This record gives sequence, structure tokens and C-alpha cells, in this order.
Amino acid sequence: MGAWARPYRAVFRARFHLLVQYRAAALAGFATQCWWGAIKVMVFAAFLRGAVASPMTLREAVDYIWLGQAFLTLLPWTADPELARMVRTGDVAYERLRPLDTYAFWYARAVARRTATPLLRAIPMVLTAGVLLPLAGLGTWGLAGPDGAPAAALFAVSMVICVALSSAFSTLLDTMVVALLSERGVNTIMGPLAIVFSGNLVPLPLLLDWLQPLMRYQPFAGLLDTPFRIYSGHLRGLDAAAALGRQAFWVVALVLVGRLLMGRVMSRLQTQGG
Amino acid sequence: MILVDSLTKSFRVAERAGGALGTITSLVRGRYRTVDALKGVSFALGEGELLGLIGPNGAGKSTTIKILCGILEPTSGTCEVGGLVPWRERVRHVARIGAVFGQRTQLWWDLPVRESFELLRDIYRVPPDRYRARSDELIALLDLDRLLSTPVRQLSLGQRMRCEIAASMLHDPRVLFLDEPTIGLDAVAKLAVRDFVKTLHRERGVTVILTTHDMHDVEALAERVIVIGKGVILADGSLVSLRRGALAERRLWVHLVRDVTAVDIPGAVVRSRQGRSVELAFDPRTTSAHRLIAHIASLFEVEDVHLEEPPIEEVIARFYAQHAVEV
Repeated sequence: MGAWARPYRAVFRARFHLLVQYRAAALAGFATQCWWGAIKVMVFAAFLRGAVASPMTLREAVDYIWLGQAFLTLLPWTADPELARMVRTGDVAYERLRPLDTYAFWYARAVARRTATPLLRAIPMVLTAGVLLPLAGLGTWGLAGPDGAPAAALFAVSMVICVALSSAFSTLLDTMVVALLSERGVNTIMGPLAIVFSGNLVPLPLLLDWLQPLMRYQPFAGLLDTPFRIYSGHLRGLDAAAALGRQAFWVVALVLVGRLLMGRVMSRLQTQGG
Repeated sequence: MILVDSLTKSFRVAERAGGALGTITSLVRGRYRTVDALKGVSFALGEGELLGLIGPNGAGKSTTIKILCGILEPTSGTCEVGGLVPWRERVRHVARIGAVFGQRTQLWWDLPVRESFELLRDIYRVPPDRYRARSDELIALLDLDRLLSTPVRQLSLGQRMRCEIAASMLHDPRVLFLDEPTIGLDAVAKLAVRDFVKTLHRERGVTVILTTHDMHDVEALAERVIVIGKGVILADGSLVSLRRGALAERRLWVHLVRDVTAVDIPGAVVRSRQGRSVELAFDPRTTSAHRLIAHIASLFEVEDVHLEEPPIEEVIARFYAQHAVEV
């Protein structure tokens, strides 16, 4: 296992080291996300304050929003720009020259991208919303702690599955880029889908009632909605366990679909420019 | 070592009529044209051979190499490299080969060369001590010492190509595919690449398949040449036999002491004349050089003569023309 995993670990490490160097971009993103987070908190406060029988309390919604801002880049809304470049230039041929399972190879790249980038932004965001705001006496509008130790533990598990799910989505996107020779179409379609159906735009429980069953079973829910609701205690006990199960199911399903697609795409590969 | 049997490969190429109307109709109904890149290519190559694969652009050289590397699947036909079918047993196959595509890069753009090498070490699962010995040797052979800590994007093309070639040999493959490794390089870098390939081949017995447009690469390296055109093999043999078949003539340069009005020598054709320098062409199979020179010397006062073969580029161009290959 150790020897088998060595190349994939090495690729993960190299990508991770590279991506954490983009600190200026992270800082800019952090500033934007603070701003958007503040606006969203105010909007939802206006809606939810004094509302009776709301599917989500203001407290839960505020946590959901801040976590959403912190982990925004965990969403798989774009294909790997580096791989897209390799597809355009034909360098992608070299990826097939490696004695590796190309799916696992690209999945390792995706995991690096879905951990390094969010980590850089999540740390200042959580500190700001969870520590600075309460210190400034604005605790009501800041990020509260998790709903107890079990919730914290389950949240951690759910976040790990979330990274696995997001990486499976990303690898699927990367494979589609190879088939389509351009990342533009994939990114244009995936962006809005990921933002809306992960709950990043509006927390999923606040969407229309008749949409709820649909929202529960679709794959994007496992990206942000599931861990965030576990964090604030909106999902507890059996409900939380079931949500984790759905999350894990989608990881397996997307990996299978991704591998199937990759097999098909690679066998029909044509290389650009001779 | 390498067996290629009637490989064919067809690509589907999207076609569309020009203009706005063409763009719109292509959205509704795509029209495709089939391009046959390879139309039955067969050859066999023994262990330790060095083969030059030449042919005009679009002849099918790169397609052949990519099939042999396991990157592309052929439409029909089979091939085996070291007992493995490249596209069917890709992972095992690619672990045993090295490849350099001159127009692409396998090094990580943002990483220093050394880190790229170490990443390849892990990707090919090379044991640390073997890697150390191997990389030291390659670094010395290709003179990479001062480049190792430079990020790849800051290297010149010649420096990068030396690193690319080293990168392809870190896992000590027995077969090396070089697809236009000297493209765009200056004279010094070309020589460095040729020397290195020669060393690999002579001293380590690595089997090499090389494609190139630079006939000097072929002259310097290849014992055997395969010419591909329009997806079929046009010739397979030594450079000498290729020359004999395509353009056997020799050229004799004569520098005269005095101006002459006309030069007319049986058995030779005047190719060019500039003042007192005359270039003659003759067929060595029918006219002997020695007799030709003696005859000229008896007619004129000669300052200097020299004999040469037509440049290899010209031989190949003639060969393409004879086989009606579009260049």
C-alpha cells in the first residue's frame, strides 16, 4: 500500500506546496468573502428575525453563511486550469506516459487543490467570524462554536467526505475537459450548479418545501450543506448519520462514473497538433 | 524488441463550411471527415537498434510513436514492445519506456528542475539509491548542475530540452522514444542532444526510435532509417541505400585558373557556374571520378577540385518528390 501510494502522495504534496504559495489571491478572496458574508448575514437576519416556524433558526443560518464563506473554494466549480492548459497544448499526452492509474493521479491533484486553496482562506475567515466578531461585541452576527463535541466530531468526518466528494466532482470535470478540449463549457455550467445546489447561495433548508426531498438526495448537498448543518446542530443523530451516508454514497457513485468516463475518453484520445 | 504489424489509425476531423451559415449548420449537424493517419505500417526493431523515423509533416511519424508509447489506440493492427501491447498493458509498458516530445513539456512549469526530477522519481517508484546514482550520471552527462535549482519556466529551450531528456531517462528505461527532440534548438544544443543519444545507445545499449526533420540528426545517429509518407512506409534501410536509390549523383567542384568560355565534358552536367568555379554533376555508376578529373585537367588549368555528395536534405526532398509525397 505504501509503495503503491507513493506517486500519488508525491503529486499531492507537490501540488499542495505550490497552491499554498498563492497567498495574495487568498487574501483578496478573503476580503471579498468577508464583505459578501456580512451582506448575506444582514439579508438573512432581515428575513429570519422574528419569523415563526422557520425551517432554520437565525443562529443556524448565520453559522451556515460564515462557514460557506470560509469554505467557498471547496466547491468544485471549475476544472483544473493546469490540466486544461495541458489539454490545449497536448502536454496531456505525458500524463498517459506515467505508469499510474490516471484517474487516481488526477484525483490526487484534485485533493491538493480542494484542500490547499480552502485552507488558506478558511483560517482567516474562521478567525474573523468566530473570534474577532465576538470580541467586538457582535457575537450574534458571528460564527458560533459547534453544537457540542459529537457535532464537532461528526462535522470533521463530514468535511473529510466533503473533500473526497469535491475531488471526485473535480476529477470528473477534468475528464470532461479532455473529452471537450476546452474547460469553458464545463466551468460555465458547473459554477451555478455548485453554488445553488450546495446551499452556498441560500441554505438548502430555506428553499421551497416541495424542493426539500430533491435537495436532500442530490449530490451537491454533500458538498457544504451536510457538514454545515451538522456543525450547528440542524442535523442530529439519525438524520446526521443518514446525511453522512448519502454523502459517502455520492463519493462512490461519482468515482465510478468518473472512472468509466475516463476509460472511454482515453481510449478515443486524439492528440492535438500531431 | 519492437514489433509493429499493419498498424492503421483513422481520426475523425470536424469540418464546417465557411461563414455564419456554416457555423450555424455545424451546430445542428456536425459533418466529419475521416483522416487516415496510418495506413498499414509494419516493421521490426531489434534490441539496441537506433531507428530514425522521417517523413514530411502529417506523414504519421508522431502517430506511430504515440501508439508505441501506449497513448493512442490504433484503429487496427497490432504492435508489441518488449512483449507488451502498449495500449492494452499501458501501465506496465510505460514504466519500461522513456519518451520526449520535442514540442511538449513533461517538467512541472513552476517547479525547479530538481523537484521535477524528484517527483518523477516518486512517480516511477525509483528506489532512492538507484535514483541518486542515475541522476548524478545524467546531470554530469548533460551538464545540468547549474540548472537544477532554476524553475522550468525560466530555462531556455536548449536548457529545457536537456532537462526533458534527462527526465525521460531517470527510471532507466530500455527503450527511448524521441519525437523531434532537436526542434527549435540552436547548433550547440543540437550537438549536446545528439552526443547524449549516441552515448545512451552505444554505451548502455538503449533502443532508440527518433523522429526528426533535421537530416543531420539522422546522419549523425541513425543506422537505420524508415521514411513514412501519407501513412505508409516508403523506404526502410540505411541512409546509404536511401541515397543510392533517390539521388545517387556526385558533385565535382572545379576551380579554374583562367576564365573559359564553355565547359563541355562528356559524362557530366554543369549544375552551376560562377566565374571560374564550376559545379558538375555526374553519376558515379557510369562515370568514374578519377577519369573525369583527369579529363578536365587535360582541358583546363585547374586550381582546385573537390568532390561531394548532394546534401542529405536534397536527397530526401528528391525522395519525397519521387514518391509524390506532399511536403
